[in-house]
Amino acid sequence: MLAFKLAFKNLMGAGLRTWLNVSVLSFAFVIIVFYNGMIDGWNRQSRIDTRNWEIGDGQYWHPGYDRLDAYTINDAHQVMSDEILSDVKNKNLAPVLIAQATAYPLGRMEGVLLKGIDPEQIILKLPSDKLKPSDDHDYAIIGKRMAESAKLKMGDKLLIRWRDKNGTFDAREIEIASIFKCDVPNVDKGQIYLRLDVLQKMMGMGNEATLLVAGNGFQTRNLKNWDLKNSDFLMSDIDRIIQAKKAGGSIIEGLLLIIALIAIFDTQVLSIFRRQKEIGTYIALGMTRPQVVGIFTVEGAAYSILATLLGAAYGIPLFMLIDKLGISMKAARTTDLPVAEKIFPYYSFNLILITIIIVIISATIVSYMPARKISKMKPTDALKGKLA
Amino acid sequence: MEKILLLTISFISLTCYSQPDANSILDKVDKNMSSKNRVFESEMTIHGRRSSRTITARSYSVGTKQSFTEYLSPAREQGTKMLKLEKQLWIYSPSTDRIIQISGNMLRQSVMGSDLSYEDMMDDRKLTDIYTAKVSGNETIDGRNTYILELTAKVEDATYYSQKIWVDAEHFVPLKQELFAKGGQLLKRITLSGIKLIQGRWFPTSAVYKDVLKEGAGTEFKMTSVKFDQNIPDYIFTKAALKQ
Repeated sequence: MLAFKLAFKNLMGAGLRTWLNVSVLSFAFVIIVFYNGMIDGWNRQSRIDTRNWEIGDGQYWHPGYDRLDAYTINDAHQVMSDEILSDVKNKNLAPVLIAQATAYPLGRMEGVLLKGIDPEQIILKLPSDKLKPSDDHDYAIIGKRMAESAKLKMGDKLLIRWRDKNGTFDAREIEIASIFKCDVPNVDKGQIYLRLDVLQKMMGMGNEATLLVAGNGFQTRNLKNWDLKNSDFLMSDIDRIIQAKKAGGSIIEGLLLIIALIAIFDTQVLSIFRRQKEIGTYIALGMTRPQVVGIFTVEGAAYSILATLLGAAYGIPLFMLIDKLGISMKAARTTDLPVAEKIFPYYSFNLILITIIIVIISATIVSYMPARKISKMKPTDALKGKLA
Repeated sequence: MEKILLLTISFISLTCYSQPDANSILDKVDKNMSSKNRVFESEMTIHGRRSSRTITARSYSVGTKQSFTEYLSPAREQGTKMLKLEKQLWIYSPSTDRIIQISGNMLRQSVMGSDLSYEDMMDDRKLTDIYTAKVSGNETIDGRNTYILELTAKVEDATYYSQKIWVDAEHFVPLKQELFAKGGQLLKRITLSGIKLIQGRWFPTSAVYKDVLKEGAGTEFKMTSVKFDQNIPDYIFTKAALKQ
């Protein structure tokens, strides 16, 4: 207890030097919490959006389908069994048929994916109910990215050309019935959604699908001739990106922390040099060397406690403000990553606790290292101000 | 009565004489256009919105299954090679020193910005193998009499479900082709010219391809030299030849 009292008395006595160290360390602390909070917030938002718009509660794929391999799309389609159709009817499964095509927006040529979905599905957030039954032509829905790249708006007609299951070209004009706003580029860029029955007819693939999206009411089980892909597998890309972002961020965080710790180390070395007589007096008064080392180590570690308090003092209002306003991610939306226009950081209790522990432990270690020198000091030399 | 019968028979005979059987016309077209193999050098002029550019290439092809093309100019494309084996297509780019396979959606992209897609270049079966034909009329194109043939696919895997083709009545070479989608939408128009007698067969050495769904003036394709039934070494049609 004496060590704590002395430590804080000495820190307050050091004045500006203490507050400079505390400020730098608190800055590192706030940045670590903020960056990790931002990545966690992005991760949460991406996972929720990907689940709602693309993968549901898991998917069943045609065994030949690979979403990363365009070569597989042509042959990856099969007839749905009665068991599957019953789940589709009960809205536990949403079948999706995928086909490749060429769109001709404004006389340009653009490769697109045609996706046939059940207009009555409720598993994905896609506004499939806007897919009206065909009259003199067919209706389609597209995402905002697709609409921007092809310069399309609601009610516009778009000519598409595709090859049916036998490889014969066919072409048709479709009308854009709705444009949806979605933060998952995988369900938007270069994709056109049609009614499942319409695409099945266009391709000559009656009652067939490429994949099935499971809803939360679906009892996960093995479906014959379909490969189950769980959420972990389907989100593995996002997880890898988040891990890479965290690893990249940890380098900056580490550098910031090192700068703050060097400042503490430097202060400790200077403090021990300038306070040799004080150290000699402590030992002469009967304190053991480890006790004196303890006083100096606690003094150094106290920087981290003050830094945490200072960081909380300006960090909490700042984080609350960011949480209210969000962080604009418009620049990152040009990539294929699922990013919302604004992301809201997520600060978990674990994140804050772990960051505090890292800051305190690292500050304690760098404080202890120069303080070890005290244990080698002779009290008489120390009292005279001579270094051992 | 006898006179009427005689006139009718004469008219039918004349009609039959002037309008030969559509399938025999198509057969003659195939005889001119198809060969065991061919080696040719070509100039492809692509008309863009702002400018036009010409690409020269040397190509080797055997039947409908194998073809190899090496781009000779401009400097930016020089050394780019393309190999087609059956339904697969590979491209070698000297700038990256990589061989990439073209498939799926990429096959539908245009070749170097032209009106030809990779998959257009890959489908070159004999017309008689794919279509049933009927003569729908006659027309004069650039002073040449032509038979207008309407072709409808007799196989399920025809690239174009139907075609309209104007065949030179003397040389049995197409002078114009219109390619249609299954739903009847006109997709492409090809205008052929520069008919020459080469190794005993009449062959068009120039063509203008126009993807009618796309804006632009089309793509001109001119064969500067063509040789049929040559001895082409087998190694040309291997992936190893792409990097040589």
